Parts: sequence; C-alpha cells; structure tokens
Amino acid sequence: MSYIDLKHAIQKGDFRLEIDTEIPAIGITGVFGESGSGKTTLLRCIAGLDAPDKPVPAVHERRIGYVFQEPQLFPHLDVRKNIEFGMRRNPDAKDTVAEVAKRLEVDKLLDRSTRDLSGGEAQRVSIARVLCQSPRLILMDEPLSALDERRRNEVLPFLDRLHAETAVPIIYVSHNIDEICRLSDHLLVLDNGRIVAEGSLRDTLTRIDVPALAGRNAGAVIDVMQVRHDSEYDLTLFEFSGGELWVPGRHDSSTQRLRVSANDVSLSRSRAESSTILNILPAVITETAAESASTVLLRLSLGEDVLVARITRRSLQALELKVGDTVYAQIKSVTVRR
Amino acid sequence: MMDLAPLWLSAKLALVTTLILVVLGAPLSWWLSQNRSRWQAVVQAVVAMPIVLPPTVLGFYLLIVLGPQGAIGSWWVQLSGESLTFSFAGLVIASCVYSLPFAVQPMQNAFESLSRSHLEAAWTLGASKLDAFFSVAVPLSVRGFISAAVLCFAHTLGEFGVVLMVGGNIPGETRVVSIAIFDQVETLNYAAAHRLSLVLIVFAFITLFAMFLINRRWQSR
Repeated sequence: MSYIDLKHAIQKGDFRLEIDTEIPAIGITGVFGESGSGKTTLLRCIAGLDAPDKPVPAVHERRIGYVFQEPQLFPHLDVRKNIEFGMRRNPDAKDTVAEVAKRLEVDKLLDRSTRDLSGGEAQRVSIARVLCQSPRLILMDEPLSALDERRRNEVLPFLDRLHAETAVPIIYVSHNIDEICRLSDHLLVLDNGRIVAEGSLRDTLTRIDVPALAGRNAGAVIDVMQVRHDSEYDLTLFEFSGGELWVPGRHDSSTQRLRVSANDVSLSRSRAESSTILNILPAVITETAAESASTVLLRLSLGEDVLVARITRRSLQALELKVGDTVYAQIKSVTVRR
Repeated sequence: MMDLAPLWLSAKLALVTTLILVVLGAPLSWWLSQNRSRWQAVVQAVVAMPIVLPPTVLGFYLLIVLGPQGAIGSWWVQLSGESLTFSFAGLVIASCVYSLPFAVQPMQNAFESLSRSHLEAAWTLGASKLDAFFSVAVPLSVRGFISAAVLCFAHTLGEFGVVLMVGGNIPGETRVVSIAIFDQVETLNYAAAHRLSLVLIVFAFITLFAMFLINRRWQSR
C-alpha cells in the first residue's frame, strides 16, 4: 500500500500546528478534532494556501482539489462554466463535465446561474468542479457544516458514492463524529495542533485514553454482513467477527457500517436470562480509563472487533470489573451508517 | 454658432486619460488591496494627494517636471523633439496624475470586497495568480471598473487649474472646454459661456445618473 506524507509545521500567533505522519493513499482519511484544533490549518497547509514561506510548488501546480465549507462557486459563471473552470486548467483532465455532473446529479442544473441553487446543490456542484480537475488528492473542509439536516442529506449519499467509486484519496475534515464514522477508513485525531491518535477508523475511534474521543464521541463502528431479514418482526440479522446483531428495519445493502455509542452498551457478569435487549454478546475487557469523577470507559474486544462501553465508576467497583474479564455486553441500540 | 473644438478636445482628453488610468490603475489598485505593509500606506497616501492638493500646486510641479528642463520633459524633448508642456501629450500625463485617485479608489474598494475564498478556490482549481486575477477578480469587480471609468472621465472633463498651468490655452491642442468657458467669461461673452456650461451640466448629470442606476441594478441582482 502506498502512503501520502503529511509533514507540516506552521505558527499562527499563539497557535502552532506540527504534523508529521503518513496516511494511506487510498480511501477517506477523516481528520477529527474540536474547532481550533488545527484541522482547517492542516488542510490549508496541504493545499499550499497557508505556508510558512512561499509555497513550493505553487498552489495552482499541486493538483489538489479543495472542497470548502461554503461552496465558493464563482457567481459570474453559470454552473457549467464553474465545473469547467478546473478542467480547462488541467490539460490531462480526463472526465467530461457531462459524466461528472451526472454522477452528482447536477446535470439538469448545468445552464443555471449559481444564484438559483439550493445549499446542497451548490455543494454538489463544487464537488463536481473539484472532480473535473482530476486532482491527485481531494481535501474536504467540513463540506456539510454550512447545511441544515435536510440539505445535508442532499449531499451525504454522494459522498458515500464518491467513497465507493473514486480512486482518488480524500482527506475529510469534520468536528462531527457521525460524519467521520460514516465516511472514513482511516482517522487522524487532532488536538491543539498535534495528532493525538491515528490509525484505522475501527482501532482509533475506540481509543478510550484520548480525551477528544470521550464524552458524546465515545463509541465504536462495526462493519457487518447481512444474514437475513425477519419479516415477522421486521428485524435484520447481521453478523460480524464478534457474533450476530439484530437491527430493526430492512436494510438494502449486504454490508453495513454500524455505529455503537458507548452509552448504548451496558455490561453484566452473567448472561441475562430475560431481558428486553436483543443483542447480548460475550466480550473481553481489554482496557479501562476513567472519564470523569463518575464514569469510566471500557474497551471491549469481540472477535476482531472492538466496542466501547460507558459505565459508572460505582458499577465498575461493585462488579469488580478488570482487564481480562469476560463480560456480557448488552447493546441497546445501534445506528446504521451506510 | 458654438465652437465645438474645446468640447471635442475635452472628450478626447477624458477618454484617453480614462483608458490609461483604468488599465494602469487596475494593477496598482490590486496591489493596494492585497498589501498591508507600511509601503502600502505610503503609496495609498501619495495616490490620494491630488484630492486634497490645490490644482495649482499640482500644476506648478507638473509644469516643472514636464518642462523642457524637467526630468520627464527633457527626456521627452530628446525623444520627440517637442515640448511636453503646452501640448496634448503633456495634458494627458497631467490628467492622469490629477485623476489617479478617482480611478484607483473604486477599483481598490471592489477588489477589497472580493471574497478571498473565491480566489483561493480559483488557485486550488489550477489558476495561477495572474489567471485568477483576470478570470475571477476582474469579472467580480466590474462595478468598480465602471465606477472608476465614469469618475475618471467626468473628473478629467471638469479639470481646470492643472490644465491652465500645464497646457495653457492653445486652440485645438490644449484649449479644453473649461478653459474655453473661462475665456468667454473673461471677454464678457456670456451667451457662449452659457452654451458650453449647459452642455457640461447636462452631461455631468446624465453620466452620474447612469452610473448610480447601473450600481443599483447590480445591487439588486
């Protein structure tokens, strides 16, 4: 597997960004962190927009696509001319406007003025514009954060599709853990200009020793395969390395990514005989970390997969839970991610 | 019968001055809009000086610099064998200095109100700085260019003091309309002065009215 080097250091007033790592040259690398952690600065360094000195190569020679928070469409050009803008400037661009526009379902908007687009449409046009320049790397800086819930859903499915179809590596910056879980394969967690955790999404997201991943962000993702749908109760059965999971509703695709929040996992020493919880799986405690005065995060291993559970410190002591113990993880609910 | 030569000469002077100032003023305005160094403040102040200085002061120094002994004037004499002062070419140079702030400020304002992100988007899409200037900055600043051109033209049309100092009053060469009016008044030929003045008043109103109308139309878009 090939890698992309990320080596950037820049001082901005009191803030210092210092990054030295490499990321896979395939798939989506999520960059997660609170606002002010340096996510956008990192992207701007990669693009050459922020550089300690004169950037070499110059920004326009890097062939790095940049999807901004706001679509930044040129108001003096119509949708088609906007999409063509980058293509005209890259002689070896291979996609045609028609193809790319169709992929992002903006082909009906090509002759419109950019003023007549909804927020979701405009962001899709800006993504099409970036794809048409045939970039070697695509940077996305919170492309959904300026959109409301409904508009967001006009864009998210296209990001999923992009993820599945394009060979161009993408770096996706967000402070929204749901987007990160849904889209990324690899994860960088930034805090105060430094990388505090990195690696595959599954392993990194479940790092309970990283404060940026605690609180409402604590949880895990599990990639599962569909087994069957039970039409009597409208439940779908999925399997993964740690066992089987029942999930309400019918789901189309054969593989799914499920997100399990730390709050939705509770533990017991023995398998509860009569419980309303459908999914009870044996797991081994691999790590514990105090989260606050009252709560503790536990990292659990189930087969090759990992779950995170949040319990009270009092329960931890009452059940005398410690690393190496086998427990039963009761999964109250999961969120289907894709 | 109205003597149209001064009107025609004024229009020609204003047109040439406007063309030169919009073309040369654009890069200067761009530099002023993108730069925040101490030099920027110095240049900004120099550019704005013709607004506050009496035209006579400006004209006096231009007369010296453009004169046959002056820095630019002597060079011009060597080059063309003619004097810059009391010639149309000299008037054009003087007008360019005099009207410079009226070209630079509207363009600079337009460039400053450009969203930097639009430029950054253009750069990341493969446009060099020069390319982005022409393909994004200029078209998004059309209003500034129109204002600059209109103000330049109108202001050059109305100049008097500088022309008098540098150009004098040579019919067909430097006798622009404002000088002609002054002449007519001096010789108590009020009727002729009225005619020329009225033309100027109507013209000034129409130009400014059209400019504000265009600006308003643009805003509502």
